[in-house]
Amino acid sequence: MPLTDAPILRTVMTLGGAIGVTYGLRLGGLLLSERLPRSPVFRTFMEALPGTILLALVAPGIVAAGPWGCTAALVTVLTALKTRQTLLAMLAGMLVIILQRHWL
Amino acid sequence: MFHPDFQRGFRANLPIAFSVAAYGSVLGVLAAQNQIGWLVLLVMDLFIFAGSAQFVMVDMWSSPLPVGEMVVGVAVINLRYLLIGASLEPVFKSKSIRHKAAVMHLVADENWAITMAAQRRGAASSEFLLGGGCCLLLAWCLGTMTGHQLGSFIRHPEALALDFAFTAVFTALTIGLWRGPKDLAPWITAAVLAVSAEALLPGKWYIVVGGVGGALVPAVRSLIQEPRRNHRQAKEEPHALN
Repeated sequence: MPLTDAPILRTVMTLGGAIGVTYGLRLGGLLLSERLPRSPVFRTFMEALPGTILLALVAPGIVAAGPWGCTAALVTVLTALKTRQTLLAMLAGMLVIILQRHWL
Repeated sequence: MFHPDFQRGFRANLPIAFSVAAYGSVLGVLAAQNQIGWLVLLVMDLFIFAGSAQFVMVDMWSSPLPVGEMVVGVAVINLRYLLIGASLEPVFKSKSIRHKAAVMHLVADENWAITMAAQRRGAASSEFLLGGGCCLLLAWCLGTMTGHQLGSFIRHPEALALDFAFTAVFTALTIGLWRGPKDLAPWITAAVLAVSAEALLPGKWYIVVGGVGGALVPAVRSLIQEPRRNHRQAKEEPHALN
């Protein structure tokens, strides 16, 4: 087995990479604040990015979870819009799945 | 012993720290279910300290570890920190590089938002930001470690819909980022692109394809609608970043 396939080394590389990238973005944003492109087009893009990234992350999972997954996601969305409580919204969605598995 | 602003920042973040701990306990349960040891989770808590990215890592954790895919995934999820960091420039006015380097590690979405709100009232400083970061770090570690302990006792995770927890928490987090009707077109684009890319491309590239594709919609719109005004603004306000 090549050295790079050792599980412990892979764990260290993954953690090290994730740590470096995250810290680099945090400090980099502050230090480069004067040098980031100032065009409104770039700003519009960067400001829209957090929402579209999270949605892209979650959308295939909702589709893959089938009709009940979609129903549960809808309940989560409505609870989040109504209460603005992330945790409550998450639990509401999970409750739909729990009920469906116990009684249907 | 602590700077007064540090203490104010710590206290200002206490209410949200409870929900951070609760949310962390969900991550802990999922990590335990996915055979991730408490030490690895604690290293993530202390040194990555970014909720969404850690959820993605726990979700992708499998043997053998997809190192490159996971690091790219974390980079994409955390791209927003570039803007968050840039927006904190006035809070760090005239601070040393060492101070900046130390405090920036503990910037999360929550203490950033609270600091920016305090900044509008002229009551923010980097010590205030750090106090909040320490409060959140404590809550985050306590929450995830508690969840990890509980997680190893759960025999039937699917009966508790734990396999759906990842989807549910990200759905809720996504809604928190809704900025109104102007997000409709980019969000529909992102969802459609992500679902198609997931079916067509290997790995986690659908996150990049959907996220970047969706965010390009308003960027292209502003490019088409007001090219001349944009050009003039960029020239007249060279320091208009914040």
